[in-house]
This record gives sequence, structure tokens and C-alpha cells, in this order.
Amino acid sequence: MGFENKDHVKLTEPVYEIEVEIKNAEGLHMRPAMQFVDLAGQFDSDIHVSHEEQSVDAKSIMQMTMLAATCGTKLCIKAQGADAAEAIEALRELVEVKMFDEAPG
Amino acid sequence: MRFSDFVCFDAIVAGLEAEDRDGVILELAGALGRAGALGSGKPDEIARAVIKREEEASTGMGKGVAVPHVKTSAVKEAVAAIGCCGGGIDFSSLDKQPVYTVILLLSPIGNADAHLQVMECIFRNLQNEDFRRFLRQAQTVEQIKETIMEADADASAN
Repeated sequence: MGFENKDHVKLTEPVYEIEVEIKNAEGLHMRPAMQFVDLAGQFDSDIHVSHEEQSVDAKSIMQMTMLAATCGTKLCIKAQGADAAEAIEALRELVEVKMFDEAPG
Repeated sequence: MRFSDFVCFDAIVAGLEAEDRDGVILELAGALGRAGALGSGKPDEIARAVIKREEEASTGMGKGVAVPHVKTSAVKEAVAAIGCCGGGIDFSSLDKQPVYTVILLLSPIGNADAHLQVMECIFRNLQNEDFRRFLRQAQTVEQIKETIMEADADASAN
């Protein structure tokens, strides 16, 4: 009974997914994690980041810090919502191009 | 990584005397110094470095907890002091709420991965509401030790 599904509206929203690699030497420590959370928070989409079995809310600093993503770690970013494509591209740029304004590994 | 790998059990303070952020950081650095965890490092110098880091961005992540930290040559492995304060301290936290538990973490220079693993351990447990409540309500050093040792035991069981 699809029309009774509470997630019905959400299912129609676009979903974008991308794999990014942590490239700064110090990895995703607290300051980069905060930059990531701040940027993710600027989008309306639901955004999750996963590493192996663990999936966390990209807008929670406590959860993002839990990822302990070292330099070289590949993370999957998944966004769902009207601005999902923009969110994914902005986050990819922060991680892989700006490298959180830190030195590469 | 488990708490027992980096928490200095002789630097656990159940009732912090200091009533402000900088005082708490200095008190916990002093506890690490007295516990012999700083080598030739000076507690007040380390505290100043932690405070400088804290000025850049608060480590008060919300939910009554702050994790001030810095990298220092004074330690060869990550070491942490834990302080609890029933009255609450203003840490300029993200949620603007007072902090009741402060974990002062010192990490060595040049081992970024170990630092991340320590952070993972801390924040994995801080996600747990019971863990936060037990730390907040702890009245004695023994109760704080029990709380973190139980968290370690739970991590081993999973």
C-alpha cells in the first residue's frame, strides 16, 4: 500500500551518493569534522556518511568524530533531498580539493 | 581503542574545584602532572596550549561534555584526565549548555591515527546517554572509574 507509506514523499526526492577519500595528513579530527558538519548543515537534504559498517548523520559533530577517518580512508556520502546534488558536490570539494585547509598526507 | 588505553586513572577528579573553563583545564593538567603523566612537560604550559586551541573553536560538543585537547611533545602516547563538576561550567559549547564532564586529552605529535582512534572511543561512548548520565552523576573517583571500565567491558563484549 504505497500511498500509506510515510516515507512516500521522501522516496520521490533525489538521492545522490559519492565516494570521497580523506587526503589531509591528520585525517578527520575534530576541526575538519566541524567544517564538514557546518557545511552539511547548510543543506536541507538528509546527509549520511558511511565507512564500512558504520553510517552516521553528517550534521552531528559527535557522530562525525566517531568515524575516526584517517588519511587515505574512503567515505561514502549519501544525500537525499531537493538540494542533494549540490550538497554532495560541496562536501566532495571540502574533503578532496580544499582538504579542510590542511596539509596533504 | 579503549578508555583504559589512554585514561590516566590517577588523574580523575570527581569534584572539580575550578569554576571556569580555563581553571578546569589548568586543574586537569595539574592532575596529569602530579600523576607523572607529563614527563618533563609543564602543566601550566600545556594548559595554555589547550586554552589557545579552545579559543579557536570550542570542544564543547554539546550534551554536557567537552573534550579539550592538544598535541604536545610532552607525551609519547595519548593520555587523558577526566574531571566532573556537578555545578556545570561554561565552555562556550555548541548547544550553549553548561558542561558537567571534561575530558582533557593530550596526544603526541606525529601520530594522527592514534589520536583519531582515541577520539572515536570517546565519542562512541558519549553517544550513549547512560554513559553521559553516569559520568555526570558520579560523586567519587571510584564511580567514574567504574563507569569507564564498564564501557570498556561493553566494547569488548561486542
